[in-house]
Amino acid sequence: MKTGFYPGCSMKGSAREYSESLLAVSQALGRELPEIPDWNCCGATAAHNLDRDLALALPARILAAAEKDGMYEVLVPCAACYSRLSVTRHELLGDEDLRRKISGLIEADYRGTARVLNIVEWLGGIPDLESKVRKPFAHKVACYYGCLLVRPAGIVNFDRPEEPRSMDLLMKKIGADPLDWAFKTECCGAGFSVSRTDLVARLSGLILDDAVQRGAEAVIVACPMCHLNLDMRRPNIEKLAGKKYNIPVIYITQALGLAMGIEPKKLGLQRHKVKVKFTQGLAKPPAASITPASAKPTAGAKSASGDSPAEAPFAGPSAKRGA
Amino acid sequence: MARIGVFICHCGENISATVDVKKVAAAASRIPGVAHSVEYKYMCSDPGQQMIKNAVREKNLTGVVVAACSPRMHEPTFRRACAEAGLNPFLCEMANIREHCSWVHEKSDATTNKAIDIVRTLVAKVKKNKALLPIKVPVTKTALVLGGGIAGIQASLDIANAGHKVILVEKQPSIGGHMSQLSETFPTLDCSQCILTPRMVEVAQHPNITLHSYSELESLDGFIGNFKARIRKKARSLDEKLCTGCGLCTQKCPTRKIASEFDAGLGLRPAIYVPFPQAVPNKPVIDREHCTYYLKGKCRLCEKICPTQAIRFDQEDEILEVEVGAVVLATGFDIKHGDFFPEYGYGKYKDVIDGLQFERLASASGPTLGEMRRPSDGRVPETVVFVACAGSRDPAKGIEYCSKICCMYTAKHAMLYKHKVHHGRPYVFYMDIRAGGKMYEEFVRRAQEVDGVQYIRGRVSRIYERGGKLVVKGADTLLGARPMEIEADLVVLATAGVANAGAEELAQKVHVSYDPYYFYSEAHPKLRPVETNTAGIFLAGACQAPKDIPESVAQASGAAAKVAGLFSQSELVREPLIAVVDRQAPPLYSTCVGCFLCQAACPYQAIEKEEIRGRDGRLIKTVAKVNPGLCQGCGTCVALCRSKSIDIQGFSHEQVYAEVLALLNRGESDV
Ligand SMILES: Cc1cc2nc3c(=O)[nH]c(=O)nc-3n(C[C@H](O)[C@H](O)[C@H](O)COP(=O)(O)OP(=O)(O)OC[C@H]3O[C@@H](n4cnc5c(N)ncnc54)[C@H](O)[C@@H]3O)c2cc1C
Ligand code: SF4
Ligand code: SF4
Ligand code: SF4
Repeated sequence: MKTGFYPGCSMKGSAREYSESLLAVSQALGRELPEIPDWNCCGATAAHNLDRDLALALPARILAAAEKDGMYEVLVPCAACYSRLSVTRHELLGDEDLRRKISGLIEADYRGTARVLNIVEWLGGIPDLESKVRKPFAHKVACYYGCLLVRPAGIVNFDRPEEPRSMDLLMKKIGADPLDWAFKTECCGAGFSVSRTDLVARLSGLILDDAVQRGAEAVIVACPMCHLNLDMRRPNIEKLAGKKYNIPVIYITQALGLAMGIEPKKLGLQRHKVKVKFTQGLAKPPAASITPASAKPTAGAKSASGDSPAEAPFAGPSAKRGA
Repeated sequence: MARIGVFICHCGENISATVDVKKVAAAASRIPGVAHSVEYKYMCSDPGQQMIKNAVREKNLTGVVVAACSPRMHEPTFRRACAEAGLNPFLCEMANIREHCSWVHEKSDATTNKAIDIVRTLVAKVKKNKALLPIKVPVTKTALVLGGGIAGIQASLDIANAGHKVILVEKQPSIGGHMSQLSETFPTLDCSQCILTPRMVEVAQHPNITLHSYSELESLDGFIGNFKARIRKKARSLDEKLCTGCGLCTQKCPTRKIASEFDAGLGLRPAIYVPFPQAVPNKPVIDREHCTYYLKGKCRLCEKICPTQAIRFDQEDEILEVEVGAVVLATGFDIKHGDFFPEYGYGKYKDVIDGLQFERLASASGPTLGEMRRPSDGRVPETVVFVACAGSRDPAKGIEYCSKICCMYTAKHAMLYKHKVHHGRPYVFYMDIRAGGKMYEEFVRRAQEVDGVQYIRGRVSRIYERGGKLVVKGADTLLGARPMEIEADLVVLATAGVANAGAEELAQKVHVSYDPYYFYSEAHPKLRPVETNTAGIFLAGACQAPKDIPESVAQASGAAAKVAGLFSQSELVREPLIAVVDRQAPPLYSTCVGCFLCQAACPYQAIEKEEIRGRDGRLIKTVAKVNPGLCQGCGTCVALCRSKSIDIQGFSHEQVYAEVLALLNRGESDV
């Protein structure tokens, strides 16, 4: 009975820190996460716009490989991959003819025995997570679910599609204060990150603005795509908004890692464009001195409460990091 | 020697399109014992029935098999035809080759062969059928009406005015239902209370109506014409006969901060209370969950103050047993509350309210005395957004149906708001406007054109607070799905109309079926809309589906007419398809060994003990006996009896074995 791990392309590239933090956390939890052997791209945003068979065959091949390897569930931390794999499983299990056809295409009998899990589900299934917390992550956070983690409701069948709370509950477990905010499931621009940066800047800007106005010290995400838009596209966002947002965007696994006392470097925190100053694990500044958690920003505040005003917002131009 | 007639129906093309009916007729004619076999386009038509009657007479038939639709559909039709031709109706059987065959299979030889198999089993069965006589039962001419909303009130008054007794059971302290909470009613805007309260009073004063408020049905047994109901009269904690309804206790009770159910949580009431001033009966109840005396053992102020010493703290629930001939279910509906709309902030923001709360805000008897003030700070809302279809027509919310009443009441709400706040800005987000009904479309237009209500076709995705305003995010799909935001002071959600929380439990108590949403099912969606599938139990009002007042009243009068029709008979005839215990000549008398396993198993308490005595009065043995009035023919006892001493008439062991054997031994008569 093993749980497989599907990293997908972005966790090997632009979202390396998501992968690093996940593996650091899983190791500390004593949970093995073997990668699915010989996995391939899930097709992501492109395939299902072009060719339905292809869009089903790519994820089906991944899942079939997992099944063959004896995995009864597969953790898919990227929300976009999670969506593709879940939709494929749903469609193929509901249509025997289609299942046979796709099995033919991938030259493997896809049976649908392996369950597809997202990161929140996986973490939620770990008993007694609270007891693993060494340094409570005592920050006000805005949990950002994005479009794909909890939708479409009929397929992923997990949490409430419009006002989810599972990530908020996890954050509470590690000592954070999840805020009630309005953009939990609004779109960040997703796959338009490259082709329509103007759109991404506007949509992601609205998300950050609400989080900051409500006093969040960090946005917590569970998707490389969301992270890319909210973090790497920060210059575009700020240019359009005409103001600076210093709020960092942190993967759920990084927040958990920090709370478990894992060294920030191991969690890949240094890789973010918007620097994360929750350095609880480090020798430098103690948590209390950095985060004026009580500071309430006034409406239309220029800077987020979670940042020390003097801090320069950016590490450098986005091009440096290449995807 | 059996002489069976087989009549095969085409059902237009319903059967003949997939089953080769000619082949079936030919095959049937070769089954031993079949004396006559024909097919015809519509057996249920007049000429079709005539064919059967003629054949019965001319061919001296001893049994008839009609191979057609389900017996649920036409068994009574064909049995009646046989009876008219002088054949005992229970010697006629139906072979269902439509629902069980032509509708579920493709056209093929296998389909035709299956139809032949079905016919053959029924021929085998009918050869073993015995002539049976219907059972006659008396009718108790008292109706039990459950639920005292407008539907229950109307049904009670109509039945009572037809000269029959009515027992009306209402769960709440007062009758009136949701209509009593409404401010003004579409499409005429007449005051709800003004048209309702006279009827409530009429119910209370009608000599034929016994009202049990604050009561619920415990159990219902028996059958049409002869039900036994047990009613739990919940303890009001006062002697209703002594209480004069002066209201002193409700004024003096110090425990006053309880959310009023009648005001949909917007107002407060004391622990001893009358839900609203026009309540019927106008007698208080003590809410034991909140009363200081029940909680802390101290207070009893009401007892001291009551001029007639009516308060009874130690009163207990009382169980009444009544006999009734018919039951009308009129238990109404509810609207979705609570956690259902987290994305709309319902339950989180005080100024996001539901339709019933708006009714209370608009009502002259409501918590604001009819002034338009929002719950959070009592300010007059300048901008109000109404959200139609909140939850309805939304598979993601699990409610796929249209709640039917909300388009109309939303138009009413926007209108009432505008009448009260002339400079206010009402907006309505809607999907489609469903205003079918006399003067309904005109009413909605009036809201739009005369009162200037802004209708925006689109859905609301989210509502959240920003700077003291409620931001309503939606889209205007008539302007190219343009996203839009309205900053509102008050938001009213037309939340989906749903079945009552207790609907399922009640349905199981009275044995009626319900749909996946727990609304009660009518016997036929078109032709029997006020009857249930359980004989003698009728439906009225919104317990069947969301309905407005005119429809609820119409259905209530329909149900009352059905009850009056039932009560116009002095005796009812029941099908004799009931269990019988074996009886034989002496010395055996019966194969029953008197273990009475059947008695414990029977869900209807229909099995009694009978002592068989010799001439000298000596007890020979005690055996089981079935009370034909109570037995429902469910067959539970048959399955349990170890000595095979009980049989169901019309479905005897012998008949069922004959059917099975006919299936196993395909004779040479087959194709
Ligand atoms: C916000 C709103 C506004 C509306 N405005 C209008 C309008 O303007 N015009 C219009 O025509 N219609 C309007 N309606 C619809 C109207 O309320 C219904 O048509 C009507 O109330 C249906 O009556 P009913 O008797 O079937 O059900 P209900 O009014 O729900 O009454 C059912 C009664 O049965 C009782 N009961 C429930 N369960 C039991 C039980 N197990 N045992 C005993 N008693 C039980 C309940 O306590 C209640 O008294 C509106 C509805 C809403 C929600
Ligand atoms: S004070 Fe007594 S008589 Fe008056 S309403 Fe209360 S219980 Fe009835
Ligand atoms: S005993 Fe209960 S109902 Fe009576 S006055 Fe006190 S709190 Fe009110
Ligand atoms: S009646 Fe109107 S508001 Fe209500 S569910 Fe139907 S369409 Fe929507």
